[in-house]
Amino acid sequence: MTVRPRRRMHLAAYFPGVDNTTVRADPRSRSRIEFSSFEHLARTAERGLFDFFFLAESLTVLSALAGVTERLGLAATVDATFNEPYELARRLATLDHLSGGRAAWNVVTSSDASTGANFRRGVFLNRADRYVRAAEFVAVARKLWDSWTPEGVSRPVAHRGRHFDIAGEFTVPRPPQGHPVVIQAGDSDEGREFAAATADVVFTRQSSLESGRAFYADVKRRLAKYGRTPDDLKIMSGVSVVLGDTAADAREKAAEIRRQQNSLYDPDGPRSFVGTPEAVAGELDDLVRREACDGFVLVPHLTPTGLDGFVDRVVPLLQERGAFRTEYRGATLRSHLGLSEPVWKG
Amino acid sequence: MLHLSAAVDQPSAYDAGSYVELARLAERGGLDFVTLGDTFARPGPDALAVLSRVAPATTRVGLVPTVTTTHTEPFHVQAAVATLDWVSRGRAGWRIEVSATEGEARLFGRRHAAPAETLWHEAGEVADVAARLWDSWEDDAEIRDVSTGRFIDRDKLHHVDFEGTGFSVKGPSTVPRPPQGHPVRVVDATEGPARRTAARYADVALVRAASPAQAGAVRDQLRADAKDFGRDPDTLRVLASLLVDLGDGEHAAEPGHGGGGPRQTAQGPLYRGGPVDLAELVTAWHTDGIVDGFHLTPAEPRRDLERLVNGTVALLQHRGLFRTFYPGSTLREHLGLARPANQYAVTGGTS
Repeated sequence: MTVRPRRRMHLAAYFPGVDNTTVRADPRSRSRIEFSSFEHLARTAERGLFDFFFLAESLTVLSALAGVTERLGLAATVDATFNEPYELARRLATLDHLSGGRAAWNVVTSSDASTGANFRRGVFLNRADRYVRAAEFVAVARKLWDSWTPEGVSRPVAHRGRHFDIAGEFTVPRPPQGHPVVIQAGDSDEGREFAAATADVVFTRQSSLESGRAFYADVKRRLAKYGRTPDDLKIMSGVSVVLGDTAADAREKAAEIRRQQNSLYDPDGPRSFVGTPEAVAGELDDLVRREACDGFVLVPHLTPTGLDGFVDRVVPLLQERGAFRTEYRGATLRSHLGLSEPVWKG
Repeated sequence: MLHLSAAVDQPSAYDAGSYVELARLAERGGLDFVTLGDTFARPGPDALAVLSRVAPATTRVGLVPTVTTTHTEPFHVQAAVATLDWVSRGRAGWRIEVSATEGEARLFGRRHAAPAETLWHEAGEVADVAARLWDSWEDDAEIRDVSTGRFIDRDKLHHVDFEGTGFSVKGPSTVPRPPQGHPVRVVDATEGPARRTAARYADVALVRAASPAQAGAVRDQLRADAKDFGRDPDTLRVLASLLVDLGDGEHAAEPGHGGGGPRQTAQGPLYRGGPVDLAELVTAWHTDGIVDGFHLTPAEPRRDLERLVNGTVALLQHRGLFRTFYPGSTLREHLGLARPANQYAVTGGTS
């Protein structure tokens, strides 16, 4: 009988947007638009050997961050409703080239009619249609990424489907990762199915061990019908962490943060871990060992210093337990995540 | 004040390193800005992404990617340019271009190719709505109010309610007002349909001209048109755009060698000669007030940019015609253009 190797977790950090998990009243809170804020968080995540860092709607900021980081994966949340596959696939492929294979795309769909009022394609799509369009969008993007041969020869590509009808040549060679990593948030039934069919990473907000284990088993089970193995899709759980020197100290800090957060406590917000670094490291490790997830997306409370405590105090404890990497082995995000490079479909 | 800029385009380059090197070289020469072309019609990376990658590796040189307006979303375009301005701390420009071919139209499958007149009219609308969206956040809309924990002062965000011929945008933007207020808009004004748009909206107009007479005539027309649009013509910089091949060596100051000026070629006006002769040409055109400066596209990217910086620029600096250091930090400052007032701010308070 063979001993199963220790399951190592994956870690990502989310750059806080305008939402109610962020504490802005704290004097340590800084501008969320100054590049130095992004740079500090990204460098901290890289110092902590995180798999990736993700931002909403900003491939431009990620391209700049590629210049101040070397190994960290760079994920952009970009809407598949108000973009066109050719242009977005090209921007993602460019980021993958510029970063030496560190690009990822968190695919979201938009239902916001007021957002639609800003775009040429200002049409409203119902929920089911949005997923159909998103699935076709990802399929077209992958076709475009595969359109150059691995030897660097561009070849024409054509696609005619329900939402897109395009033909021509792509302007960018096949990305270093083959395909940038595709991420999807998927707690709903459509989201789970879409992730099982399409994504490399799925985000979840399951808030207990039991619901996490159920989600994990359900999503991994769905993979087989798409010819995929459980390792082909990583499940990452959104969490916020509050550290203290003692459990009581941490609870006090958590209460203070809650008082400062912009609105009332959000029950759908990320699961909160409050405690000493030892306790938090133990709980996170436990969730991964018991197959409630493959890793975590940290949502810091503070910009830009919100990751410092976790990286300085929790990561070393996870490493001591053998639960997290002690160095980056490869250069690409796929290698950090343990995902194989997609086979070229000529 | 003489303004100089150079293209950093290279065939089949997709890695960051080579672009960073060229931009740093241009920055060493004190150039106002570098441009990087972009089209869906030929191989090449997304130019705005490349220059965003270049931004943290440089500190002063302006960064001007081409971003097309025909098949893109005006809202996304303005947000990307504003973000480039943020990540470069006020060094962003935007070279506005259109996509005229049916081949490009088929990559999107949304509309057919249209005449240049139509496309440049729309490009003007995109330039217009972009400036409105940059202004849709007042400069001090992002706040950090410790007592209330508020992030945005909603009274300082504005709808733009723009109705164009082929698109409409409600606003406000998703990006706070960029450091320069409005990143610098650049238009190649050589062809008729683009010229009107340049006169109305551009901060910098490029003119591909083989003779001083030709360049001067276009500049005069641009300035007159700008005035008709209610602009102060002195807020428009007109740069002569030349291809330069400096492969004939450093010693080419002999009479007749490149001395005949640029020749018209299929790729545009081409100057071939030595860096010293090029300095003479720059001096002559600029001293006569024909143009405000030059936009130079090296025939051989690395070789010619090196010769341009180490030869031509060094000589112009020696003669006191070109800056030896950057007195300002933003692209607008390099170009001597003021930071525009916000069209929505009631108090009009800008720096």
